[in-house]
Amino acid sequence: MTSPVTSPVTSPVTSPATKTAARPAAGTRKPRTGRGRRLTGDRRIGRHLANTAAIIAAIVAAFPLYWMVLSALKPDDEINSAHPRPWTWAPTLDNFRNALGVSGFGRYFLNSLLVATVVVVLSAAIAFLAAVALTRFDFKFRTTILVMFLVAQMVPVEALTIPLFFLVRDMGDAVPQVGLSTLGSLMLVHLAFSLPFAIWMLRGFVAAVPDSLEEAARLDGANRFTILWRILFPLIAPGLAATSVFSFITAWNDFVFAKTFIIGNDDNRTLPSALLVFFKPDENDWGGIMAASTLMTVPVLIFFVLVQRHMVSGLGGAVKD
Amino acid sequence: MPATTTSPARADRDDNPGRPRAGAPAAPARRRRRIPVPLVLLLPAAVVLIPLFGYPLYQLGLLSFLDFGQEQASGGVPARFVGLDNYRTLFGDRQFWDVLTQTVVFAGACVVGTLAVGAALAVLLTRVGKWPRLILMFAALGAWAAPAMTGATVWMFLFDTNLGLVNDVLGMDGHNWMYDKWPAFALVGAVVVWHSFPFVMITLYAGIQAIPGSVLEAARLDGASTWTTFRRVMLPMLRPILTIVVIQSVIWDFKVFTQVYVMTNGGGIAGQNLTLNVYAYQKAFAADDYSLGSAIGVVMTLILLAVTAVYIRALRRSGEAL
Repeated sequence: MTSPVTSPVTSPVTSPATKTAARPAAGTRKPRTGRGRRLTGDRRIGRHLANTAAIIAAIVAAFPLYWMVLSALKPDDEINSAHPRPWTWAPTLDNFRNALGVSGFGRYFLNSLLVATVVVVLSAAIAFLAAVALTRFDFKFRTTILVMFLVAQMVPVEALTIPLFFLVRDMGDAVPQVGLSTLGSLMLVHLAFSLPFAIWMLRGFVAAVPDSLEEAARLDGANRFTILWRILFPLIAPGLAATSVFSFITAWNDFVFAKTFIIGNDDNRTLPSALLVFFKPDENDWGGIMAASTLMTVPVLIFFVLVQRHMVSGLGGAVKD
Repeated sequence: MPATTTSPARADRDDNPGRPRAGAPAAPARRRRRIPVPLVLLLPAAVVLIPLFGYPLYQLGLLSFLDFGQEQASGGVPARFVGLDNYRTLFGDRQFWDVLTQTVVFAGACVVGTLAVGAALAVLLTRVGKWPRLILMFAALGAWAAPAMTGATVWMFLFDTNLGLVNDVLGMDGHNWMYDKWPAFALVGAVVVWHSFPFVMITLYAGIQAIPGSVLEAARLDGASTWTTFRRVMLPMLRPILTIVVIQSVIWDFKVFTQVYVMTNGGGIAGQNLTLNVYAYQKAFAADDYSLGSAIGVVMTLILLAVTAVYIRALRRSGEAL
């Protein structure tokens, strides 16, 4: 898998012939001597190889997704053929119809969407306030709290399902809306597990906004909440969008809590745990599974593409500051 | 010049008391507030995190010191404090050591694979034209965005025994990839690498782009070869980012749950593909031994905390202001 990808990269490094040739590639464009022209030719071949390698890598990386969508659109007899073809002449929406109608994925899709939306909105609001506190103020345990948010990201969340299972069960006795088999319980735990990263990432965005803007607003007589809401919030909106992607993913992708908490009421399943039910070791309805997988992937993909630029810069901020 | 700013600084200030007054006003007044505004801002986060993160963490530790099985869970029998008994059972169990070993090997292989693919493609990205770069970025974004669950299902279908494309292409019809321990791990690992190489690729690419062209130009003018430039100039400048990427990968790959659980159907044939995470989960929810599961969770948390300590030190060294 990696060999077509790595070879053009390593070849100028390992082979002594191209080693010298690669040197001018870094800088100037104009050939200085007669020898320079030959090097330009070499460089063009190198560039060509690199381009080809990049395209191959892209095809390999995207292929599973292509296969997923393709298989979701294939009619049953093509899915169940022992010699699958990488295309289809008879695309059909039957698999989607079956998944959404018969298997109830429509409902699970809406459940997932509802949980993720609530988590994204609450997490953005809470993380925004916390990030402001941690970047704009100096107080006693600031560093300690920051380190705690960092450490919280490392905790193996799956191990916490054990105590959380009992916590949610007991909470259900007091407040039925957040007990076992409710969407409320999922919203709460996803919120808790998306916050540390959201705060950590937003911190970078808030820190990037110069103090002077708030200073100016203050001198103009704006109060603290006006400054937060009217000055800072719009400025870090792109960062908030990027952070939201990760909160969305935490909630949308979660498998372990959905599987553990939603045990009595099947109507409250979310997509990942519903997919597992679909997944039988030997007799898989692959067409249906691929259709459901496609339904599950598309929203994340759209979200990613929309905020892609901010996400990368946000990660840079979270990583480098 | 440096001499005047370092050692006689204090004397300097005594000599002309007018200077501090000139620069100082306004700034410090804002930072020292009587009303604990930051606490108000942190309150919502605390309200969520203390009961739903802090308390369960404490409970996890507590459970690991109790005898807590099915009867205790249903409330019939009170939980009994048993000290280190669970840990004694755990450390005396051969399976635990096997699982720990294979978790480390599996996570290590995933980290190496992710970094190799991610770094190679990051370097490749710096050498290609605009369109190939955009296409590769977009494909990587797709792999990144795919939920763990759908990644697992699609790869399972690709490698399916009878209907999978891979067996058909390789002419290995009827071969079950999940039957043997290490091929199964390798397949799960491939999915993990597929999911996580984009983060490494994009982060490292951004890091390489951030190296000023003048530095590379200077190296070139000094007659450094591509390899020397890479080793002596780029690598040291990328070290902070590399450290962070490595440690993040270690933490993620050590915790892989969904792919292992789904693809091996809860730990593989006779538990041959268990990793610590899945092992803890199965002990608790399949075998109803919640306290032993918690003990495994505690061991895992401690291992990850050690890695995190290294991470924080690396962050500090790279100049991150905490």
